[in-house]
Amino acid sequence: MSTETAAQPGAPQAPGRAESYRPRKRPPLYVRRTRAAWGFALPFMLLFLVFTLGPVLMSLAMAVTDLRSRDLRNPFAVEFIGIENFTAVFSDPLFRKAAGNTAYFVLVGVPLTLALALAIAVVLNAGITRFKALFRVGYYMPVVTSIVAVAVVWRFLLHPDVGLLNEVLGWFGIEGPNWLASTTWAMPSMIAMATWRSIGTLIVIFLAGLQSVPTALHEAAALDGAGVWQRFRHITVPTLRPTLLFGAVITGIGYVQFFEEPFVMTQGGPLNSTLSVAFHTYNQFGFGNYGYAAAMSYVLFLAVVLLALVQFRLLGERDEPRRPKKRRPAPVANKEIGR
Amino acid sequence: MSAPTQPSARTGGRLPPVEPPTDAPADAPRRRTHETGFGEARPHWLAYLLLGVGLIVVTSPFIWMALSSLKSEGEIRRVPPTWIPEAPTLDNFRELFERLDFPQFFTNSAVVATAVTIGNVIFCSMLGYVLAKSDFAGKKLLFRLVLGTLMIPGMVTLVPLFVLVANMGLVNTYFGLILPFLAAPFGVFLMRQFFLGIPDELIDAARVDGAGEARIFIQVVMPLAKPAIATLAILTFLGSWNNFLWPLVVATTEDKYTLPVALALYSTGQNQTDYGLLLAGAVVVVVPVLVVFLILQRHFVQGVAMTGIK
Repeated sequence: MSTETAAQPGAPQAPGRAESYRPRKRPPLYVRRTRAAWGFALPFMLLFLVFTLGPVLMSLAMAVTDLRSRDLRNPFAVEFIGIENFTAVFSDPLFRKAAGNTAYFVLVGVPLTLALALAIAVVLNAGITRFKALFRVGYYMPVVTSIVAVAVVWRFLLHPDVGLLNEVLGWFGIEGPNWLASTTWAMPSMIAMATWRSIGTLIVIFLAGLQSVPTALHEAAALDGAGVWQRFRHITVPTLRPTLLFGAVITGIGYVQFFEEPFVMTQGGPLNSTLSVAFHTYNQFGFGNYGYAAAMSYVLFLAVVLLALVQFRLLGERDEPRRPKKRRPAPVANKEIGR
Repeated sequence: MSAPTQPSARTGGRLPPVEPPTDAPADAPRRRTHETGFGEARPHWLAYLLLGVGLIVVTSPFIWMALSSLKSEGEIRRVPPTWIPEAPTLDNFRELFERLDFPQFFTNSAVVATAVTIGNVIFCSMLGYVLAKSDFAGKKLLFRLVLGTLMIPGMVTLVPLFVLVANMGLVNTYFGLILPFLAAPFGVFLMRQFFLGIPDELIDAARVDGAGEARIFIQVVMPLAKPAIATLAILTFLGSWNNFLWPLVVATTEDKYTLPVALALYSTGQNQTDYGLLLAGAVVVVVPVLVVFLILQRHFVQGVAMTGIK
């Protein structure tokens, strides 16, 4: 027994180690490992190909044809029309309206959500020793709640007569509007609701990120006379930048696709003032304009990617644009490190 | 009492002669951060006040929902609105359960969410494991393919997916509700992140001992991944439980409705003004999830943080 077990580890290890230095030859171990790995990947990949990648490609095919719902029985009768659907999308006044609404929602909603979540996370992290778990759980509660139930409750909260919000505003002598029926206030209501539903996730992510901000830096700065705001601005924010970027990207991806809030609350109204691009796409699918709607969904995809790129520019590593101004030899050093 | 003090006294006696200057400054800031965080006592009560007000604002919809579901229809419509129900009653719930088959919806939601969760835990772990711990041909391609789809909006696949499911004859079946969600890229990402932290030596040791790949995965790797599996399971279950659009499209008769679909369809149209019933419905949909969340909140928090840090 003892001789066997002693011999076993030696035998497979030696050739494995020797061959890993000559990877081009594709030794049998690598082939065997590849086979085993693909065995592990197969179940996921089969489902993934059929139910995710397949539909993504099918959607792209739809986007460049004039497919409508009645063509589904005879899909080979449809014609290839290239980018015609895309030009139609951009000249559609309703799409432009929806794009404007979506931009409003994203440009106001994302910074608002990030700022609120960051503020709460920083205060939770720094100013509080007790009830931390209670606050964290409380702020996270909306995240785990079904949007449908949220919609039911918020429709009451925002009700012009019996709603809680207007009652509270009334205490201060303000007569609240009919939130969801007003073209001015419907969108801010959506933004408030989305913010309420999203800050919990971001607070948890930011709290985790704040753990990596070294307290020694704060203490050193405090000794040098830096105030709370200065320390936040020059220590917390720069250290937290990767986390902020992550938070901004996932929030952005979600907000660009904003669909559920208007779907359950306003059906895009009043007067299309809460019609989002995703909702417009959904409607066009419903009307059977498959090619057109598929093209629009790809425009949405493009918007998601573009927004992520912009956020990487704004929140990504700040060193590169700044260094050349301050120190001249820096770019050379940068390149060398990059290699 | 004497036991804990003894070691500290011993180390205290040993350390100062070696590095006397580092001892005092290391002690002072620790005390300061522990007591006041930012080094000032003033923001303390202010922080509690701000967070408390925020907490009330954030949780008030839930409190108001729960309280109002116990009110009579007349009291709900009263101006100005009341907080505490004058005559608490369960009539709303009784009537709701008479009109709608909630046990059925509950079962549907549970069946779908359980199946989706089990599928994701198994399939995502398997792929996540090889992506983290194995070196093989096509690894980069697989990784990029799967993660690349994380950014694709749900709208892109909605109709092709529906056409596909319809062609398979799965509309209005459990399979139609479950299959499209069995393998989600997010789970692969999460599990891979976790498996990256497992030392290679452990897997190599099992391999050296003669365990096959399947056995290593089931008996060595998966038991280690329990925290990650718990996180993935909870997040997936919750996502499926609250999923709305796909069940709305695929479930066409009442016996296949999930809870959110049932509530959404009931809350539009002619029942739009049955305020008491709708609030009771919202309570029925929300409370089970909130209870589970409160019990397992540690895992939620860990999981969300885990996706963010690395």
